[in-house]
Amino acid sequence: MKFGIVVFPGSDCGYDCHHVLSQVLEAETVFIWHGDKNLKNCDCVVLPGGFSYGDYLRAGALARFSPVMEAVKEFAENGGLVIGICNGFQVLTEAGILPGAFLPNRGGRFICRHVYLRVENNQTPFTLLFAPGEVIKIPIAHQQGNFFIDSPHQEEVKKHIVFRYCGPQGEIDSRYNPNGSWENVAGIVSREGNILGIMPHPERAAEEILGSEDGRRVFLSVIKWWEDKKWK
Amino acid sequence: MKYRGKVIVTLKPGVFDPQGVTIRNALHTLSFREVEEVKAGKYLEIILESENCSQAEKRIQEMCDQLLSNPVIESYSYQLEEIKN
Repeated sequence: MKFGIVVFPGSDCGYDCHHVLSQVLEAETVFIWHGDKNLKNCDCVVLPGGFSYGDYLRAGALARFSPVMEAVKEFAENGGLVIGICNGFQVLTEAGILPGAFLPNRGGRFICRHVYLRVENNQTPFTLLFAPGEVIKIPIAHQQGNFFIDSPHQEEVKKHIVFRYCGPQGEIDSRYNPNGSWENVAGIVSREGNILGIMPHPERAAEEILGSEDGRRVFLSVIKWWEDKKWK
Repeated sequence: MKYRGKVIVTLKPGVFDPQGVTIRNALHTLSFREVEEVKAGKYLEIILESENCSQAEKRIQEMCDQLLSNPVIESYSYQLEEIKN
């Protein structure tokens, strides 16, 4: 299977994703320029973290008008696998591909540290190698990670929560909510389950030397899901 | 004709505004104890060419809906004036 990593001006985590996918997992991986109008026949598209368009106006607001986003939207609507990490998640919400919006962190500060996440749903292409309720450790690095959803859409989105911020034992509590996100949300999938938005950075937790290998399984899940599908 | 649109984007009521809270706290530190609440928003000034005022207004609204505000968390208001040479 082939991964494509979209490069927006200002996205600086694309190379980390490329390293993990191509070097650590030895998967075919290409970069897709934001000005491109096709996705180079990729099977999974990654919108990486960073500061696309300098976070001007609102984080992710300008990236959504890149030519490549038309193709990403069409790909996603046709069931293609899409992962938006951090700023990539913000881009997906701004583009209306995933619901919700991001506000500045509750404490007003940029936060960069490891956090615990609880896997709320392992029946997705991105989490099938996790146990239900498993607690994993993945770093966050954001200023606007405070996930907001307006009340008419809360019931619907609740069904699609995949990762929640938690304590070391999996406790869901406001104490373990680093940024004030609604329902401790750290990651959600689309209604059909083929699009993942995740605020923490799995690509920064894919090698032992970096303190955690838990993030690796997000990408390995995708590869396994793809291989299994091929044999069906 | 040339117009100037003055757009103000603010967070909807009930949406948490950490910038506003931080600014309020700073004002309290400076002894402005009477300050009850501060809301932070964005101000954008847009100069545009348009046939007439109602056309300019329509375009400004479209800009606000499509890009300048995020309808999930923000609302907007604007003023429009003709720029006379």
